Amino acid sequence: MSESMVRSVDVHKRFGRLEVLRGVSMEVARGEVVVIIGASGSGKTTFLRCINHLERVDAGRIYVDGELVGYREKNGRLVEDREREVARKRAAIGMVFQLFNLFPHLTALGNIIEAPIRVKKVPRKQAEEAGRELLVKVGLADKLSVYPAQLSGGQQQRVAIARALAMEPKLMLFDEPTSALDPELVGEVLDVMKSLAREGMTMIVVSHEMGFAREVADRIVFMDEGVIVEEGSPEELFLRPSQPRTQAFLSKIL
Amino acid sequence: MEMDWLLAIRFDVDTVGDFLFNPIILRAMRKTLYIALLAMVLGVVLGTVLAVMRVSRNPIVSAPAGVYVWFWRATPVILQLLMVWFGLRQVIDEDIFRDNWTRFRAAVVTFGLNEAAYMAEIVRSGIQSVEAGQMDAAKSLGMTNLQALRRIILPQAFRVMIPPTGNEFIAMLKNTSVAFAIGVVELLNAARIQAAANFRPMELYTVAAFWYLVLVSIFSLGQAELERAVAVSERERPETLLSRALAIMSSGRRVV
Repeated sequence: MSESMVRSVDVHKRFGRLEVLRGVSMEVARGEVVVIIGASGSGKTTFLRCINHLERVDAGRIYVDGELVGYREKNGRLVEDREREVARKRAAIGMVFQLFNLFPHLTALGNIIEAPIRVKKVPRKQAEEAGRELLVKVGLADKLSVYPAQLSGGQQQRVAIARALAMEPKLMLFDEPTSALDPELVGEVLDVMKSLAREGMTMIVVSHEMGFAREVADRIVFMDEGVIVEEGSPEELFLRPSQPRTQAFLSKIL
Repeated sequence: MEMDWLLAIRFDVDTVGDFLFNPIILRAMRKTLYIALLAMVLGVVLGTVLAVMRVSRNPIVSAPAGVYVWFWRATPVILQLLMVWFGLRQVIDEDIFRDNWTRFRAAVVTFGLNEAAYMAEIVRSGIQSVEAGQMDAAKSLGMTNLQALRRIILPQAFRVMIPPTGNEFIAMLKNTSVAFAIGVVELLNAARIQAAANFRPMELYTVAAFWYLVLVSIFSLGQAELERAVAVSERERPETLLSRALAIMSSGRRVV
């Protein structure tokens, strides 16, 4: 159990001729909250998507809880896992998306219980019970049978968080969870994420919410052009960035 | 002038009335309906399978589906009918096949296989109309491709597919008349036979036209209701004849 939750070793990824990740190595400890910042195109979203194998990596390794995700190692080479195996490993990694990606044809509760019932084979009654509790937790107990289209962006994102939590993940990935929200709705989503962090969930968050990063993050990682330029505690990174690129980026957003 | 008047057989409304509910005509009308409905079921099921095959990244899976669609869309349906009815009877020599192979079944199979090619394209465009983020979300929750397709993607694609599928069904309902080429006594063929027997072509074709209009109208209304039923939010729920009628009845004086 001493193994870190996420261990990424020299991850490379290219889209056609564009090299998006050029050797990303980092570790995330159990219960740690890491916020990745960086300009758009710096590779932070792609890196996040590689962690649960929504993107294939071209080189390098990503271990989650000591296991490779999406691959087996065979004679030192990566072999892609069978679909079922990939799905099984993904089920333990929650992900929250910038555009929520709720299932529009299902109610709030329907969104939450779909995967537990289909993937984990949880009995419907039990899944509904757990789903209700999760909706209470994200402050939407009264929105049980409402469809996503009738919810505000902030409410949709909170349902999406509940949906991910319903699979009882050991790791949560957040891909710019508040950047599609109206400013007045950002707070309610960040509050849910804060309470999750307090409960000891391991979280990797791609975000531009500096207030949140300062308050909740154990560590900030600054990425630029597909590499990690600098990382450190919020204090170190925000107040005393050592790299010129970090300084330039922070001067633009702070 | 007098002679012309005598030779012309006038259009006789009473004859139309006599044949409108004639059992032969009604039976043929039901046959038209059965062919269309059964073929549509076959077309939707097989078309969905083909569509899923076509969006596969594996060419061994997608190529046969492509060839299938290519063949059935690029040949006339009347040729397909002739091949399936006469052709298969020539090629397959098993008794069990010959005993069970009827003109009606040949028509259902042909229209069904033909429809599958068109449905495959409709389902495929439906699948591709669903945002990529939906697949990402489903996969991130641990669903396999097939689970995601069945539970998340297809139900959403379905809404997009209804209008073109309705058009397909209506077009096919009328196209079943081509089955007269293999001797199926469907609505048009029955009308044609009766027209010849009674020397009343215009009256009998009017009867046929009447029933086609009735059938197509019923399915058009049904399609509108279905679109309304699957619309997700109240806002995008289209008004239909039925919904307006219900609104008027329930509100008494409200003008819709």
